[in-house]
Amino acid sequence: MLDWLKSPFLTFQEFVLLAGRATVNVVRRPFYGQDLFLQMDTIGVGSLPITVLIGFFSGVIMALQMSRALSQYGATGQVGQITAITLVREMGPVLTALLIAGRNASGIASELGSMKVSEQIDAMRALGTDPVKKLVTPRLLAMCVTLPLLTIIADFVGIVGGYMVAVPLLRLTTGSQYWNNAWRSLEYNDIAQGLIKPLLFAFIIALVGCLYGMRTTGGTQGVGRATTQAVVVASVWIFIVTALVTRIFVNL
Amino acid sequence: MARNEASAPRCILKFEDVSLQFDQPRPALDRVSFEIWSGETRIILGAAGSGKTVMMKIALGLLKPTSGRISVMGQEVTHFDERQWYDVRSRIGVLFQEGGLFDSLTIEENVAYPLLNQARFMTAGKKPTLDSVRPDVQEALNFVELGNTLNKFPSELSGGMRRRVGIARGSVADPDLFLYDSPTAGLDPITANTIITLLIKDREMRNSTAAIITHRFQDGHLMANFRYNPEKECLEKLAADSPIREKTKFMVMKEGRLVFEGSEAELDACSDPYISKFSMHPARKVS
Repeated sequence: MLDWLKSPFLTFQEFVLLAGRATVNVVRRPFYGQDLFLQMDTIGVGSLPITVLIGFFSGVIMALQMSRALSQYGATGQVGQITAITLVREMGPVLTALLIAGRNASGIASELGSMKVSEQIDAMRALGTDPVKKLVTPRLLAMCVTLPLLTIIADFVGIVGGYMVAVPLLRLTTGSQYWNNAWRSLEYNDIAQGLIKPLLFAFIIALVGCLYGMRTTGGTQGVGRATTQAVVVASVWIFIVTALVTRIFVNL
Repeated sequence: MARNEASAPRCILKFEDVSLQFDQPRPALDRVSFEIWSGETRIILGAAGSGKTVMMKIALGLLKPTSGRISVMGQEVTHFDERQWYDVRSRIGVLFQEGGLFDSLTIEENVAYPLLNQARFMTAGKKPTLDSVRPDVQEALNFVELGNTLNKFPSELSGGMRRRVGIARGSVADPDLFLYDSPTAGLDPITANTIITLLIKDREMRNSTAAIITHRFQDGHLMANFRYNPEKECLEKLAADSPIREKTKFMVMKEGRLVFEGSEAELDACSDPYISKFSMHPARKVS
């Protein structure tokens, strides 16, 4: 039993140590600004088209699903409110994070994993640079900046998607009522949890990707294994963290 | 770049009873002690898995020994943390088994990497620019005869060329000690001899101190018996009384233990069946 628990606990310990070192390095010289902007471009700009697409369709689906349920109660006018709240509180952050986990946790793990197995990480240390500072900190910072921004974009595009279904397509409500409902329904509590979640998810995705990449062993097969594990572990933790944060905000 | 040859010899690397145990029952390194002095060339021989690379990684602080003491350039480094090691490592050049080049960077950026990222080359925390270090990078690449590859990527070069870039990257910051991990492994004999010629050339031009891990007895024999002739740009046999012969010492590793340390003549004279596998039989000597 103890042996079975040992491995996850050791991994969690490594995760916490890596998180600590990566965070402390944010304020330590030298700064790798070029690496930071490169990562922001890869993670943020690179993920923008797919985020917009997924965000739009999640709003569309939400409005379509709600149209039938709401019409049973004669409350089709509330479609803007339901779409906005669901997207901002939960769907936007979680779907965007899962998307970025699939796209970037895997990318980070495979890139760092390949560097590990081809001795590039050892070479980096041997040449007098800290791989955590050079590789992990820029990815963590870039993720923390871009994931909340991507989530905001996904939320907005999703509400636009809901509007497209609710107003021009199904004529459930009027445009002004949709936007009015959507706007008024959102409270500071919703916005707060909608922004805190992507920040926490950013930590999880960047650090899980880096951790599994940097402890890769066993050649190219090991890189594949590290990539898969990074995506699975990051996705599971996204759901656990969103449940915990939601639990806290429900009581506020 | 040449150092003052008249300077008094100093101990560059010292291992005292260094051991390292992983999860396996047999230690990866078992009470190894040796000293490398300035200007020396140390040839480290041994079968695969005998602890040669582990020893190199301990000397670089990439692995922590379970017991024993290590000194680098007279400084006790056994209990150094990662941050303290960065300064020590910046004075050690290293060539990894596969070159260890950064495949997302060009050859120029790879060779410039130590100059751009090591704290001792920064002024007031600011990194030098690639333009400012270009002459040094070009000189290092010219030395390995790859001066025209600045804008290429490592994937565009052959295995031997990548090793040569690795040598240029390791020597660009003029290190006090150069560690070569299997510089000739997996290369054809002609390319392997080119690499050893470069190592000999480096030894003569910089009067450098080097530890060379290899499993080819020819590498050690060439290092111990030949010098580089800059006029003819080729190797020639050393005089019988050349001090270089004395400065080239051999070590043989077996299952994590140091089983032999001495000159080439002593290695040849050794009757141990394992050690004699790595010695040059008189019939195999290169003349």
